[in-house]
Amino acid sequence: MEPLTSKKKVLAQKPLSFAERMYLPAILKGLTVTISHLFKKEATIRYPEQEREFSTNFRGMHSLKRDESGRERCTACGLCALSCPAEAITMIAAERKPEEKDLYREEKYASVYEINMLRCIFCGLCEEACPKEAIYLDGPIVPADYLRKDFIYGKDKLVEQPLNNKL
Amino acid sequence: MDIAFVIEKFILVTIIFAISLLIAMYSTYAERKVAAFLQDRLGPDRAGPFGILQPLADGVKMFMKEEIIPSNASKWLFMVGPGLAMLTACIGTAVIPWGSAITIGDRIIPLQVTDINVGILYIFGVVSLGVYGVMIGGWASNNKYSLLSAIRAASQNISYEIAMGLSIIALLLVTGTMSLKEIVEQQHGWHWNILYQPLGFLIFMVCAFAETNRAPFDLPECETELIGGYHTEYSSMKLGFYLFAEYINMFVSSAVMATLYFGGYNYPGMDWVLLHTGPIIGPLIGTLVFFIKIFTFIFFFMWVRWTIPRFRYDQLMHLGWKGLIPLAIANIIITGIVIAIIEKF
Repeated sequence: MEPLTSKKKVLAQKPLSFAERMYLPAILKGLTVTISHLFKKEATIRYPEQEREFSTNFRGMHSLKRDESGRERCTACGLCALSCPAEAITMIAAERKPEEKDLYREEKYASVYEINMLRCIFCGLCEEACPKEAIYLDGPIVPADYLRKDFIYGKDKLVEQPLNNKL
Repeated sequence: MDIAFVIEKFILVTIIFAISLLIAMYSTYAERKVAAFLQDRLGPDRAGPFGILQPLADGVKMFMKEEIIPSNASKWLFMVGPGLAMLTACIGTAVIPWGSAITIGDRIIPLQVTDINVGILYIFGVVSLGVYGVMIGGWASNNKYSLLSAIRAASQNISYEIAMGLSIIALLLVTGTMSLKEIVEQQHGWHWNILYQPLGFLIFMVCAFAETNRAPFDLPECETELIGGYHTEYSSMKLGFYLFAEYINMFVSSAVMATLYFGGYNYPGMDWVLLHTGPIIGPLIGTLVFFIKIFTFIFFFMWVRWTIPRFRYDQLMHLGWKGLIPLAIANIIITGIVIAIIEKF
């Protein structure tokens, strides 16, 4: 049959030469290769103690941000939950009481804000959707856990630490 | 036979037994560490500093695991198998001379449990017995894969024992004795047998790899073809015994190789050291040297394991019957001719 391309190459298995049939030269070559790896730097990172350097646009755990005076920025508009392709975000909105003025920046705030870390795909659409710059995926890797319920992170885990202990 | 003799031997046997178990224990750890280092990894480093307690953790794990005896298995043989594997692995250490005799007061204590005059034959017999544990385990499991693996182990051992025996014959032509003690004494200083029998050593070593079922000859337990091989059905400490026996075998065959070809406890300049360190420390230094040789061989075993892929079954038989046996016979003939020529002139 006429070859379709000019790149056709006929491969024939050559019988092994005497040196090749002895195996030993090839084995010695292999042994030098493996022993050379004994002196190379290991690629492993001792994970919990030591962490790999992330790129600047790495997306990790979410954090709900506070403004300059330590008030929560989130106004519970629900755009993040709407934009979330994995439907990982749920929230319940509440109205701010007058005495809570220094806790929440807007008149409406999220009394419950939960992200299911098992559903989340860390796409970052929530931080793109947020009009208040309240959510960023700038945290570390989400740690492993034993129970499914423990992967639903509430405000206790998501909200940034207050600037000074005004709470 | 006085009571001191019995006590002395009892202590020696206990020490050797403990040491071989300890070395086997840490061989499992070393295996994983060596594997890791050769593959640019770290290996186990969680249990204790540098993971030094890993063998203990593994041992505890093995004991705590549920023990399953398959309902269709032959119960007695199933239980005897691992024990036999351990026993045959351990008794090989009895004839190995661990060091030259220690002199305490007027008492001379040889660092060898027994110096029988057919030491090599004994080792050879024990090594061939080693396959019984594997065979009985594989047979008693009543599992097709285990049985196949047992058959493989048996035929592999038989094939390679021939070449091994032939390579030893060439060594016997050189040494003229079968007692391991005398063989070691002949290699005083740097007159190691490897210098006279390089080809014989090569054959012996390849056969030792095959006899201990180590890579690249680990066909009896190749996971890709036979699940776990002969220990597929084993669990808990019975499995542990099988894995352990492999490492003891490795230790014993390393010791035998060091004894037969690398001078045992002899090292260049030993006379000077012996003269300056006295009759107790001197021989112990020799023992230390012997163990360094053994560890080097164990490391080599591991190094090869992470280098060479497993042989195919027909390649294994090809190498054994068409490669090593003719080579070993040629080695005998050449050795014989050379010895005859040397004696003539």
